[in-house]
Amino acid sequence: MKEGFSDPKSFKRRAREVKELLIKSILFCCAASSVLITFGVVWTLLKEALPFFQEVSFGQFLFDTEWTPLFEDPKYGIMTLVSGTLLTTFIALTVAIPLGTITAVFLSEYCSANVREILKPVLELLAAVPTVVYGYFALLFVTPLLQKIIPDLASFNALSAGLVMGVMIIPYVSSLTEDAMRAVPVYLREGSLALGASNFQTSFKVIVPSAFSGIASAYVLGISRALGETMVVAIAAGLQPRLSFNPLESTETLTAYIVQVSMGDLPQGSIGYKTIYVAGSVLLLFTLVFNLIGQRIRSRVEKKAK
Amino acid sequence: MVEKSKKAEVLNLSFGYSPAVKVIRSINLPIYQNTVTALIGPSGCGKSTLLRCFNRMHDLYGQVKYEGEIKLYPESVNILSSTVDPIEVRMKVGMVFQKPNPFPKSIFENIAYGLRVRGIKKRSYIDDKVEDSLKKAGLWDEVSSRLHTSAAALSGGQQQRLCIARALATEPDLLLLDEPTSALDPISTAHIEELLAELKKSVTILMVTHNLHQAARTADYTAFMYLGDLIEFGESDQIFTNPKEQRTENYITGRFG
Ligand SMILES: Nc1ncnc2c1ncn2[C@@H]1O[C@H](COP(=O)(O)OP(=O)(O)OP(=O)(O)O)[C@@H](O)[C@H]1O
Ligand SMILES: [Mg+2]
Repeated sequence: MKEGFSDPKSFKRRAREVKELLIKSILFCCAASSVLITFGVVWTLLKEALPFFQEVSFGQFLFDTEWTPLFEDPKYGIMTLVSGTLLTTFIALTVAIPLGTITAVFLSEYCSANVREILKPVLELLAAVPTVVYGYFALLFVTPLLQKIIPDLASFNALSAGLVMGVMIIPYVSSLTEDAMRAVPVYLREGSLALGASNFQTSFKVIVPSAFSGIASAYVLGISRALGETMVVAIAAGLQPRLSFNPLESTETLTAYIVQVSMGDLPQGSIGYKTIYVAGSVLLLFTLVFNLIGQRIRSRVEKKAK
Repeated sequence: MVEKSKKAEVLNLSFGYSPAVKVIRSINLPIYQNTVTALIGPSGCGKSTLLRCFNRMHDLYGQVKYEGEIKLYPESVNILSSTVDPIEVRMKVGMVFQKPNPFPKSIFENIAYGLRVRGIKKRSYIDDKVEDSLKKAGLWDEVSSRLHTSAAALSGGQQQRLCIARALATEPDLLLLDEPTSALDPISTAHIEELLAELKKSVTILMVTHNLHQAARTADYTAFMYLGDLIEFGESDQIFTNPKEQRTENYITGRFG
């Protein structure tokens, strides 16, 4: 016998509705928790950071050219730390973006399945090496090596820290880029090759542009990693805040400053203590801005493709 | 009809995706210059497989072995030979796919793509060629005012004509079409069928189709394939009115088995 439509008040119907509701609530809670945690982090940061500006004016904060919060005559020029952060990030990206993209093109378009099976785990190993190890690698191996070519290079410098950081980020960029390229439908690849295009032309004129929104995400992740990286710069770039973009000198990033002062014991509530949160907030702001830019690029590209 | 000169010829061709299983077997098929040849047959009989031998598409997927030859005239070169560069083959043999596949670029850049790939940079030549190909594909009037807008915004039928224009821009000797109208509505289909009649004045066409009326209407010659074998080849009139083979007759009359 076929079943008819059930009575909306029947037990079976009720039970199913309650179950659906339960599942939906659990899923919602999981999704909401990550949002809540993000807000929690932002709130903790701002709670300590905002009182800082009762003691230090915005003008000093933005335009002072020194950052010496723990000295007798404290200066709070955040731009010193910002310049150090942007400099090391920029150096890292000049390594990670080209090499990561080329690696992805090779993995996705050129190499055989066998080679890929070997290469990918090796590449992922680059991301598995602890960052302290990278830090000492930069300080004790890369810097001396570079000093042979550039005698002026300081023993703590932005250049080798940035370069090593770049190598560290390659797998993040390459693996997401490769996924995006492999997701490009096969009929576009065949369409290009059928017109007599070489693999190289197909990769860079059709596949990369088609995968652009995914590739943009990969780059944004790379940028976020570079901005937030701490150990390598703390160890190899020195701990000297400096308003300069000279890669040969030592410098200090926002993150490196945070670990540096966190290791001393600053009294809670003191202005030095608050600077930690201020630096953290600025860092968060940068990551946020880059993520938003990435999202804008992505949605623009997606709109264009439609 | 008088015997025409051959543009290409399949000689004793066998091909399989793995060494053990041959998907097409000992195919012999002439392709006459400036004609439309239709490949028909039930699903899975190897039509696409045969078509994709003509531009060495199978080479993209690992080590493949073609047995037999496809000769391209007037050079009389076996394009399946391992000494022939597949890219050079694809420069001479264009292809249009079942699903319209415009690149995510502008209409203009889609057509210019094949020229740029060949290293052509001269702006005026590319401009002329784009206009010329769009006219040949019957798309010029519809898109001439928006050449630099995205090709993705075109309708399915327009996209397919764009793909035809894209293939024509590079002046192929032979144009392969794999079910070019199966994703299109009847009006777009009729449009493309008219187009084929016009195009064969300048290019030789080999087309896979499931639409027997389409084959009868547009093709000068028809080849019937069944389970990897070429059963019968002849002028379309003869194949559709007076087939010699029983299996051909069963297929075109819809009595299969
Ligand atoms: N990439 C592939 N790898 C392995 N086998 C394949 C591949 N492509 C097709 N085949 C097999 O080869 C045979 C012929 O396929 P083909 O695509 O040439 O058929 P077709 O005549 O074009 O069919 P349709 O009309 O459905 O498009 C089929 O049995 C199919 O399963
Ligand atoms: Mg097919």
